[in-house]
Amino acid sequence: MMNREGRPTTPASGGAAAADQITTFTGNRGLEINEPLLFEIGGPEKCGVDIDLPDQPLNRLGGLARKNAIGLAGLSEPEAMRHYVRLSRRNYAIDLGIYPLGSCTMKHNPRLNERMARLPGFGDIHPLQPESTVQGALELIDTLAHWLKTMTGMPAVALSPKAGAHGELCGMMAIRAALDARGEKRSVVLVPESAHGTNPATATYLGYSVQSVPARADGTVDPEEVKRRLSPEVAAIMLTNPNTCGLFERDVIAIADAVHEAGAFFYCDGANFNAIVGKARPGDLGVDAMHINLHKTFSTPHGGGGPGAGPVVLSAALAPFAPLPFVVHGENGFRLVETESDPSAGQAFGRMTAFHGQMGMFVRALSYMMSHGSDGLRRASEDAVLNANYVKAGLEDLMSLPFGKRPTMHEVLFDDSFLKGTGVTTLDFAKAMIDEGFHPMTVYFPLVVHGAMLIEPTESESRASLDQFIATLRKLVEAAKSGDTARFTGAPYLTPVGRLDETRAARQPVLRWRKPLPQLDAAE
Amino acid sequence: MRYLPLNVEDRQAMLAAIGVSSIDDLYTDVPARGRIDGLLDLPRRASEMEVERILGRMAAKNVAASQVPFFVGAGAYKHHIPASVDHLIQRSEFLTSYTPYQPEISQGTLQYLFEFQTQVALLTGMEVANASMYDGSTGCGEAVLMAERVTRRDKAVLSGGLHPQYRAVVENLSHFGGSAVVNLPCGVDDVHELSSRIDDNTACVVVQTPNVFGEIIDLAPIAEAAHAKGALLVAVVTEVVSLGALKPPGEMGADIVVAEGQSLGVGLNFGGPYLGLFATREKFLRQMPGRLCGETVDAAGRRGFVLTLSTREQHIRREKATSNICTNSGLCCLAFTIHLALLGDVGLRRLAALNHHNACLLADALAEVKGVEVLTSRFFNEFTIRTPRPGAEVVAGLAERGVLGGVPASRLVPQEAALADRIIVAATEVNTDEDRAAYKAALREVLA
Repeated sequence: MMNREGRPTTPASGGAAAADQITTFTGNRGLEINEPLLFEIGGPEKCGVDIDLPDQPLNRLGGLARKNAIGLAGLSEPEAMRHYVRLSRRNYAIDLGIYPLGSCTMKHNPRLNERMARLPGFGDIHPLQPESTVQGALELIDTLAHWLKTMTGMPAVALSPKAGAHGELCGMMAIRAALDARGEKRSVVLVPESAHGTNPATATYLGYSVQSVPARADGTVDPEEVKRRLSPEVAAIMLTNPNTCGLFERDVIAIADAVHEAGAFFYCDGANFNAIVGKARPGDLGVDAMHINLHKTFSTPHGGGGPGAGPVVLSAALAPFAPLPFVVHGENGFRLVETESDPSAGQAFGRMTAFHGQMGMFVRALSYMMSHGSDGLRRASEDAVLNANYVKAGLEDLMSLPFGKRPTMHEVLFDDSFLKGTGVTTLDFAKAMIDEGFHPMTVYFPLVVHGAMLIEPTESESRASLDQFIATLRKLVEAAKSGDTARFTGAPYLTPVGRLDETRAARQPVLRWRKPLPQLDAAE
Repeated sequence: MRYLPLNVEDRQAMLAAIGVSSIDDLYTDVPARGRIDGLLDLPRRASEMEVERILGRMAAKNVAASQVPFFVGAGAYKHHIPASVDHLIQRSEFLTSYTPYQPEISQGTLQYLFEFQTQVALLTGMEVANASMYDGSTGCGEAVLMAERVTRRDKAVLSGGLHPQYRAVVENLSHFGGSAVVNLPCGVDDVHELSSRIDDNTACVVVQTPNVFGEIIDLAPIAEAAHAKGALLVAVVTEVVSLGALKPPGEMGADIVVAEGQSLGVGLNFGGPYLGLFATREKFLRQMPGRLCGETVDAAGRRGFVLTLSTREQHIRREKATSNICTNSGLCCLAFTIHLALLGDVGLRRLAALNHHNACLLADALAEVKGVEVLTSRFFNEFTIRTPRPGAEVVAGLAERGVLGGVPASRLVPQEAALADRIIVAATEVNTDEDRAAYKAALREVLA
């Protein structure tokens, strides 16, 4: 085959091998371009924004004006575009392929949600402008609250928490406030060993000591184990359901009953709520408080680590303690209750954040909910569960399941015992997936399983995409078992940088760029 | 459903491959009492066009900042954001990526976090910064807890100029965490008043500059007073653009600086998502909460970036973690760092000068209105006026005349009757001569 210039379009034999040997003068490889730091390409006088100063700027800074330059680097607009576009090309993203991070939930981010959040009436309004000028925003918050309460079967919701872990803190504060109101000082919180690290950290933050509850052989919590640990000292249990092993805690009602009988509360970590929307309501299972990661279940983008949003639904017992601020229906439309002195404040326990929560995320989440509707939300959960079980069925003969063949929820947990004797580690296996064009699954979590590999495909994946994923993993497992270790131990080979030295980063922390010292004159 | 790729045949074939006959066979662990069959009380699915219509109607009921002469501040500010910022943060590879747990395929995110940390350290005049907190107020709460870990003391002295809603966040955390808060009366951040409250159990003094009423505070004598008694100074900045004009807190002796980064790149968003900046001295590094990105190399010696010092974090240390935080405001960091890269050193300083100039012009204009007094002597882009009528009424009257004229102090501190006649007014680069004239004219009418 020749192209129009008469050059061959298929390389001569040996071309692929030759490509590996070519070293370029720039260090770039075709479209794979190295990009220096902003501070190495920018300059103090460069600027990508036109700002005209008046001839005689006024000054009432009272002698506290900045005297020296800041040391920032600037870029013109074309330089900035190129810098950040080049950086973006060094990232994996859900729009590029499957992102099967268990318990992290990476699903499609509809762009409609982005468009809605950017409507000036939502994106360009101030949290402290008069209520009469933000009635639509308050209506949106009220509508979102209605959807969340209906989906969970809970009577109240606190919307201000800024992320899942912040929601945990909020829920546990409501529990503390309720216990304080009863005059009870309880000091212990029960947390299953498989919990997210945020759970014990949250409990400790609030001064509780954490007692862990082991799982039984099938990966779920045994109500008898919980009962053994319950006492008048126990304030709450923090249970993730579905849990981080991908299993539904099938004795959840017995656990809730036992906890309530002991005068304690049931906090549910709702990080995995996406498995059961439209299928089960936490309120019916005895939950007192549960945070909902809007970014996971309702698909607000993760953006490289946030922002998140963590509204908390509350039972009737906890509802009066919901933090400030919140929206109520007033005489002239919607109204914000912002301070304890407001007659509608009830027994509000305080304030989680300066303003009203993650409005931008509320808009995106509601847009997603409306797009699915009552019928589609259930379908999304079902497809997420179906996809996870399909991956399980496609791999269970080759990989190892720590908890046997129970149906899994929206994520499936393998462990690394299938790699035993191969010389390939869990991390090697994950890195080899990168060379195949996949983001690895969650590895080493949950901590209760040695060499855990937690896969969450979500409902966004097509059957073809799952088939390709399964086929690739099967090939990798077979390669590892057949002694083809070279493709694992140095992996990834095909990324802009190879496996990075994380120990060095921690031992000799370099957390910012510093101006290089001037080179000594060669003549000296 | 447009977001779901599986069709009926797919589902049937997949159930067969799994070896079950229906999807409910996969939900057998869910007790019958908790089962529901759909969400019948909620509306059915809406097309893209229908969602646009419904949410568009709600949005249209609000008055957007760009539609009117706009002077509302008190912790969130209306600034112009260059078009390229929003374009870049919507790149799929930024918008739809996760926390960079696999560094080899996350160098885009990690490199901008490293650049962001550098910018924040430079701006604040500190040695190190983290990869962001949820917002300024929660960052402020975390700073107090960090000071308590560093000093092994459990009391915080909060200046009366600290934003009341930041104060509420700190009080809430301290209440549940079992530590004490000493609150100065609203508006009081005099060095003598503050020093007299510092004792051997004081972990930190928290001071905002410019304070919630817009007054610029000299932190140096307060830092000296705090350090003399072994306490730290936590400096709070709610308007990050001010750092382009003012001496940075690090130069005035602050030990921890927290700031709200919303002004650069992020937008108003009715209060969130915002962006908490957090910087400190190198010696306190391991007590710092939140994510950190560090530089390292691969086997071939190529420079690369990774999340680091995670042994402080909840996923490793669980009960002993420096905080329970498991995320950062990644995308907001990106918006901030791009906006600041476009401004650069010169641009930020010019932007700050223009903000200040506009605020001076506005203060002069409002002072000409009969009965109005400008109370703030040294300010950046925000100041407080006293009016002969309750501030809330005046602001409502201005809104009726199409001017969003500021935040009545009574909105933030309804219990302080003495402040009921104050309005906190902010000006930024977006305000024009016409905006100022409209404000002045509307204020005259309201007070007539």
